Amino acid sequence: MTLKVELVSPAERVWSGEAVSVSARTVEGDIGILTDHTPLFGVLVDGQVSIEASDGSTTEFKVSGGFLSVANNRVSILTESVG
Amino acid sequence: MGAQLRVYRRRMRSVKATKKITKAMELISASRIVKAQQRVAASTPYANELTRAVSAVATFSSTVHPLTTPSENPKRAAVLIITADRGMAGAYSNNAIKEGEQLAALLKERGLAVKSYLVGRKAVGYYRFRNREISGQWTGFSDNPTYEDAREVADALIAAFVLDAQTDVSGVDEIHVIYTEFKSMLTQNAMAKRMLPLEVVESETPAPVGLLPMYEFEPNAGVVLDALLPRYIQARVFNAMLQSAASEHAARRRAMKSATDNADDLIKSLTRLANAARQAEITQEISEIVGGADALASASSGSE
Repeated sequence: MTLKVELVSPAERVWSGEAVSVSARTVEGDIGILTDHTPLFGVLVDGQVSIEASDGSTTEFKVSGGFLSVANNRVSILTESVG
Repeated sequence: MGAQLRVYRRRMRSVKATKKITKAMELISASRIVKAQQRVAASTPYANELTRAVSAVATFSSTVHPLTTPSENPKRAAVLIITADRGMAGAYSNNAIKEGEQLAALLKERGLAVKSYLVGRKAVGYYRFRNREISGQWTGFSDNPTYEDAREVADALIAAFVLDAQTDVSGVDEIHVIYTEFKSMLTQNAMAKRMLPLEVVESETPAPVGLLPMYEFEPNAGVVLDALLPRYIQARVFNAMLQSAASEHAARRRAMKSATDNADDLIKSLTRLANAARQAEITQEISEIVGGADALASASSGSE
């Protein structure tokens, strides 16, 4: 069981694929998402988003604000710009 | 060379030069359509996710948010019209402007004052010439808009929207956008859409599959909506601009193609006329020579 993750910005789809875990920082603090997470919608602050892909590699992105939505093992991260 | 023939040749040269220009513009537009289409496609995932999120939040929270609740006594409406900076695109800009006039008439019937926000030099020129009031104008990026451009426009609209329209003359109760939808290379439609207050059901994006899950909001639905809606408007404006840009290129390509075709026709008929003129000249010269020789012959035979 893996997560289907999409990291999208207005101009392009930055990252998409299968992942084991995702961590990001919301306005309430750091949050880690594993499979079968309860449906969640969070507002992100400027900071790091790291995605651990199914093949074991970890990718880190610097995002400037945005949103995180989790539902049915599908994670979408929306951000205005990825650095 | 006779005067007539010279005139025809001169006109042919001028038409040929024009044809070269229109042909080049056609090719440039054709290559840019593809790029513009790719940008529309690239921005679609973001817009879809955002739409999905907005409908989820709006459906599952009972929060009353100023951006989602229609005013009971609307006074003013903002209309954003997206047109081109340059001409040579057939009726592209005019269609959008005309659609805007229709919407303005409709809004006036409902008793609303219309505030115009214009994108593209063509719309600005049209409004300036008629001495109409312009609430906001942006030019210089119609054929290749960036997200920053869209944000600037969207922020101005949102700023006017959050002002209380009942007391403040620069506040608006509704925001409408007029853009040119890019359906295919051949079909582009100017259309008007209401952006705010939100119509939760969006028809342009495919409906989310199945039921939307019950989300937990972090920190709460109100804050999420506060953060979400401005971004949503920005993304909508951005998408409208990208589609309009693709439509602009498609319209220009079509206009330039028919200009090139017309130039071809013109060159063809001018060639016919020039040939006829040349032949007439030759015929006349021959008959002059023959006539001259006859006259000479009869003159010399008479003197003998």
